[in-house]
Amino acid sequence: MQHSQNSTLIRTEKLEKTYPLGQTVLKALDEITLAVRQGEFVGLVGPSGSGKTTLLNIIGALDAPTGGTVSVLGNDIASLSHKEAARLRNAHIGFIFQTFNLLPVYTVYENIEFPLLLQGLDASRRKLLVKETLEWVGLADRADSRPSQLSGGQSQRVAIARAIVKKPELVLADEPTANLDAANSHHIMKTMAQLNRELKTTFVFATHDDKVIKYLRRKITLVDGRVSKDEELPPGEVNDASP
Amino acid sequence: MLLLKLALRNILNAGLRTWLNVVALSFAFVAIIFLRGFYEGLYDQVERATVDALYGGGQYWHSSYDPYDPLSLDDAHGLVPQTLQRLVAAQEATPILIRKGAIYPEGRYRSILIKGIEPGQRLLSLPSALLRGSAGVIPALVGSRMARSAGLKEGDVLTVQWRDVHGTFDARDVTIVAVFRTTVQEIDNEQIWIPLEELERLARLPGEATLVVLGRSSARVDAPSGWDFKNLDFLLQDLHSLVRMKSIGGSIMYMLLLFLAMLAIFDTQILSIWRRKKEIGTLMAMGMTRTMVIGLFTLEGGFHSVLAAAVGALYGIPLIAYVAKTGFELPGAADSFGIAMGEKLFPIYSGPLIVGTTILVCVVTTVVSYLPARKIARLKPTDALRGRLS
Repeated sequence: MQHSQNSTLIRTEKLEKTYPLGQTVLKALDEITLAVRQGEFVGLVGPSGSGKTTLLNIIGALDAPTGGTVSVLGNDIASLSHKEAARLRNAHIGFIFQTFNLLPVYTVYENIEFPLLLQGLDASRRKLLVKETLEWVGLADRADSRPSQLSGGQSQRVAIARAIVKKPELVLADEPTANLDAANSHHIMKTMAQLNRELKTTFVFATHDDKVIKYLRRKITLVDGRVSKDEELPPGEVNDASP
Repeated sequence: MLLLKLALRNILNAGLRTWLNVVALSFAFVAIIFLRGFYEGLYDQVERATVDALYGGGQYWHSSYDPYDPLSLDDAHGLVPQTLQRLVAAQEATPILIRKGAIYPEGRYRSILIKGIEPGQRLLSLPSALLRGSAGVIPALVGSRMARSAGLKEGDVLTVQWRDVHGTFDARDVTIVAVFRTTVQEIDNEQIWIPLEELERLARLPGEATLVVLGRSSARVDAPSGWDFKNLDFLLQDLHSLVRMKSIGGSIMYMLLLFLAMLAIFDTQILSIWRRKKEIGTLMAMGMTRTMVIGLFTLEGGFHSVLAAAVGALYGIPLIAYVAKTGFELPGAADSFGIAMGEKLFPIYSGPLIVGTTILVCVVTTVVSYLPARKIARLKPTDALRGRLS
């Protein structure tokens, strides 16, 4: 990796993403230029169809841009092969999804352990990291439960644990509170803000949920695939912490 | 190693869905091995019976003898050469003379072969000793099929007609001294056995034979001039062809079983990929490559066969061990199978058969699992995460 401490983690230059739509072309992202530094707690905010998830997918090397450049942790996403993109995600990026996306046949413990298995860590190291992460998210007592036995809030905490267990530099969360009630949303956001403070993990959210926005320290507003506003949020009751 | 571990974990954790497939596949395993063992036992039994009753350790044929051409029998005879006579004297070979003839059971003409054999021979399992010492009558043996079809029984007197070496028709009465049971149709159908000496006398062919059968453990000598040695490979080739044909019939049966089992696996894989699209997307998001995901799904399918082999072994091994030990009774209709079958068949379940079948089923299952999994190679992670198949 070519980035360093406090360096820019994500940089996009005139990033474009278009999709063929019948005879026409749909422009999902239109000349997006932005930079996210290490340790930021930033949200991509905007209405549905504004390009939040598309941008998040490209940053996460799940998709490729059709124009411009995007560099994540020093890697030019457009030029990565499938294998290199998978390696980047495995080693450096954690994902949190709106629908949790837990592996249904695995226990909570096994779900959290999964990214570590992919990294090839030995069993004792995996056990240590999983236990530590379970305690972090407050689910040590549910290690043997299956996802079907968990509430929405618990499921999302497992998803967070799975995203952060490998201690990635970057966590991408797509509408992480969309399926949660207010209490659980706050709990989840608090957990992530705490992880951001303690581990210096960079969080990028795609959201239009006010409960999430309250916790952000930087808000990038997208409208019709373009950045309409990029603002640092003043410290408040819940986001008052320096990375 | 990681994929193996994950695949095993996935299918074990999938519960009932896995076990239903595993049990169905295990039935296919056991049925295929059972059927193949049945055929192996059948062919082994047939070959042994035929060699014991007819072929011995090979045969010396008179050069004019062609078993497929009855007309050749007119000329297919000759004095038993010295080298072969020595083997006959040492009870290491036995001569057989074959002539065309006819009988008239119930007043109907019926073309047969008259075979002459030494009553004292012990090389073939034919009960020729029953042809000994009946003064004034010509004793004859017939097989049970021949007896049944011609309406003959022990004690019957039968008129047999033949042509001697000069082409003159002649006829004598023979007495059926025994009806023997045999599984080998080649010594039974459309033929009667009389003492060699009698046939030589009736046909005016003293000291002659059509073929000389070598004992199974006798050393082969070079074929004398005018005679050809036919080894077991040659003699059994028709039987082997027949066995191959029967095997193809049997193979169709177990291919059908295998096909049904594979259809279940294929169906499971298709459903699995369809149902687990989001999971595939999540696996990719966590850093699995498409190749790894394809490998994972293929191994999951392949593991069904490994588990099925284990489950099949639980009930299949006691079952086939019991059947191999006790054999099973064949129905009367089995007699018309076209080859020598005993009343009881003992299947043979050899190690190579079981291991070979297991490997075959595992490989086929893995290939069948791979085919639908290839679809993942075209799947975009973003589409998979949205639950779409691109």
